This record gives sequence, structure tokens and C-alpha cells, in this order.
Amino acid sequence: MSILHIVNKSPYEKNSLDTAVGFVKNGDTVLLIEDAVYAAAKGGSVAAKLDGLDVSVLGSDLAARGIAEDRLIDGVSVVDYSGFVDLVEAKDSTQSWL
Amino acid sequence: MPDVKKLMYVNRRAPYGTIYAWESLEVVLVGAAFDQDVSLAFLDDGVYQLTRGQSTEGIGMKNFSAIYSALGDYEVTRIYVEKESLEERGLTLDDLQHLTWEDEDEDWAEKESIRLVDRAELADVMSNQDVMFNF
Repeated sequence: MSILHIVNKSPYEKNSLDTAVGFVKNGDTVLLIEDAVYAAAKGGSVAAKLDGLDVSVLGSDLAARGIAEDRLIDGVSVVDYSGFVDLVEAKDSTQSWL
Repeated sequence: MPDVKKLMYVNRRAPYGTIYAWESLEVVLVGAAFDQDVSLAFLDDGVYQLTRGQSTEGIGMKNFSAIYSALGDYEVTRIYVEKESLEERGLTLDDLQHLTWEDEDEDWAEKESIRLVDRAELADVMSNQDVMFNF
């Protein structure tokens, strides 16, 4: 059973990302939206928490926050809203770590 | 000037994910009409409010980032940015907007509004305020 873990809180303010990452199993994907997209920015102290995980970020939320795609850590996929839907469809279930 | 209070607006939240940043900016602009001694502090996720290149078309929200550059016209001339918060997020001053004000006492010379301070320095500035508003 694969899970799409959706995180929307800033990793510098809340522990949602920590908890979500702790629940990730092989085959799962972490999708960062809203303030959680800051986690994928290169040079940030939390970026290492995403090492080795399958991570996607919502492009609109990156753009809103002025994060250029070349500032993302390596291996992160940028998706649009239909890519978000594709991820939901591809996984067996979805967990929103609000 | 009698009864001028030193007011500091303390901003600790990222923009867009919550309404705090926008609410703070609105209160600052309203308060600026009352001839008080106003300064702003940006720390923790608040430093994200000042980043360059924000583009909100895709999320259907108002992009209020351009308004920070108008603060100088409202005589908000001191914007403190905490160094530790920038570093933790992998940011430098170059990632932030260039904010300035014009000094009428020096023939409208353009001056920097942003002051990069460390936590201890910001604590000193805070200890000299009459009132702090937290967002």
C-alpha cells in the first residue's frame, strides 16, 4: 500500500514534516505544498530531512514564495495542479499531515 | 513631539500560508498615519516575507510583496532582519528586496531601510520599544 504524504506547514515553524518523514515507507511520495515548499530550498537547515525520499513540490506555491526551481535541492520534482491529481491517483491512499 | 511612542511590529510568519503577514502589513500602513516611531522586525519565517521574485498568479492570492518597497514613503525607515533566521533558511540579504527610504534632512538622499542584526542586537532594539505588535 503506497501513500502520498502531503505536508503544508513550514518545517521551520511546525514539526509536521518531521512526523510525515518518519512515516514514509518504500514506494511512498512526499508532496510539499503551501508553506512546506520551503523545506525543498537548497541551503536550508531542514533540507537534509528529505534525503533519499521521493519528493514533489507544487510549482504554484514555489512561485508565490519566490523560490526559483534552480534553488531546489537535487532530485525534487516540481508538479502543477494536474500533477498533484496524478500523484493522488497513483497512490493507494493520501495522508495530509496538517 | 509629545507622546511619540516607539512601536515595533514583529513578523515571524511566512507569507500566503497564513494571513499574519498581510494583516501585519495592513496594520503597519494604518499605524503609519499616526506619526509614531515605527520599526519592523523580521525573524523566523518572517524573513520569507521580504524575498524577491514572489509571483502569486498560480495560487489566486494577492501578491503584497511590492508594498514593502513603499514603506519608506510612510516613514517606516528601520526594518530589522535577523541574521540567524536568514542563515538557518539558506538565505542572504541578496535574496531579499532592496528597500530604501529618502532622508529629507539630507536632500532626500536614498538610504537603506534593512538593517541586518544578530539576535543579541535585535534583543537590544526590542528592549528599547514602548510597544510591540506580534504577527
